[in-house]
Amino acid sequence: MKAAAFDYAKPKALSEAIGLLSEAGEDARLIAGGQTLLATLNLRLSEPSVLIDITNIDELKGISLTGNQLRIGALVTHTEIEDSELIAKHAPLLKVAVPHIAHRAIRNLGTWGGSLAYGDPAAEWPACSLALNATMLIAGPAGERRISAQDFFVDLYTTSLEPDEILVATEIPIATSNQVFYFHELARRHGDYAIAGAALVAEKQGNVLSECAFTFFSVGATPVMAKKAQALVNGRPLTGELIASAVAAARDEIEAMADITNSAETKEHLIGVLLERGLKHLLAE
Amino acid sequence: MSLKKKITMTVNGLTVNAEIEPRRHLVDFLREDLHLKGPHLGCEQGACGACTVKVDGQIIRGCLYLAVQADGCEVETIEGLTKNGTLADLQESFMRRNAMQCGFCSSGMLLAAAELVEQRPHASREEVREWISGNYCRCTGYHSIVDAIVDVLEARAKGEKIKPVVAHA
Repeated sequence: MKAAAFDYAKPKALSEAIGLLSEAGEDARLIAGGQTLLATLNLRLSEPSVLIDITNIDELKGISLTGNQLRIGALVTHTEIEDSELIAKHAPLLKVAVPHIAHRAIRNLGTWGGSLAYGDPAAEWPACSLALNATMLIAGPAGERRISAQDFFVDLYTTSLEPDEILVATEIPIATSNQVFYFHELARRHGDYAIAGAALVAEKQGNVLSECAFTFFSVGATPVMAKKAQALVNGRPLTGELIASAVAAARDEIEAMADITNSAETKEHLIGVLLERGLKHLLAE
Repeated sequence: MSLKKKITMTVNGLTVNAEIEPRRHLVDFLREDLHLKGPHLGCEQGACGACTVKVDGQIIRGCLYLAVQADGCEVETIEGLTKNGTLADLQESFMRRNAMQCGFCSSGMLLAAAELVEQRPHASREEVREWISGNYCRCTGYHSIVDAIVDVLEARAKGEKIKPVVAHA
């Protein structure tokens, strides 16, 4: 199908984009990589009056290191993350997650910020940003604000971004030398949306994990943390028994949502499968 | 407010000026306005990869990119990349392995394969499969396509060339 007609603007500055967004109201859509938006336009699931192309705005670009924070601009593409040495060194979870995102032709355009702002519960970056305790930097008519990833993802395709706000960048605490991580997703075809996925991060001393962040995606309306499983595992020697208890706790605490082909029961089962594989992987690291 | 926008881009080395509606996606612009029928239109949702073209040196989905976004960019299609020889060894290899079949997916497959060969010269067979998993072949012919790409990777690693099936004039 073809998209319905819309107007198109390409501001050069962030302030200009915010102005255009405030003016056009809810009928406007921001476009960065457009890898989800264009598909929804082609299907006429979305019929905006104007697309505001933000790809010329320098404030939204680049990956940089400031102290112990890694800043990832909203316009950074999945491919840039895939190829970045800074990411490989300081946020290795993202490096292992990125090949799961669609396919290279899509990763070449799709952006970090677009994925976060869209809030797709099946997407990789929302889950990773939650697991890595990221902070979102947001700009709007009232100025700038910061919000943690925990508070950013509100509901299905819903974030705490106001209609006239733009996600500028994300700050991620850099990986420590003891940090271990695991990322995997189960999909029918490589690059398809996950049936269920996991992003696990922890500090490791011997066989003891601490600071655990066990995040699952494509199982609910937003990425979710298995907090009871985390609490169980935190600070205790990671035995087979403890892994089994953590798996049971995660299955129990996460209320999975069915999708068009997979039941909630299947997803809850897969949460356990992923957690067990992940913890064994972390133990063997 | 006019809903048409003026754009300028380079397509296969030639400067193109046009006035288009913002909703026109790039592959429609290339096929309908410029009569470049190499990039194909399949799903229009980014799933099948038949519309793959290059913008500023990277492969993209022509159906998930607006022609207006390509203003000021360099666009390359299978036509241009065939003419300048970029794809020559892959094309030879696809012929040797009979990796074309109906041909609908071939232009997208070749462009995706070219980016792989360039950026992942040491890719394993499994990595080749993953890389081209974004390009559907409706003839179910992936095996010969993977063979053809692996042949090129191996030949390049040895500094060899894929020998032509048919002699060029």
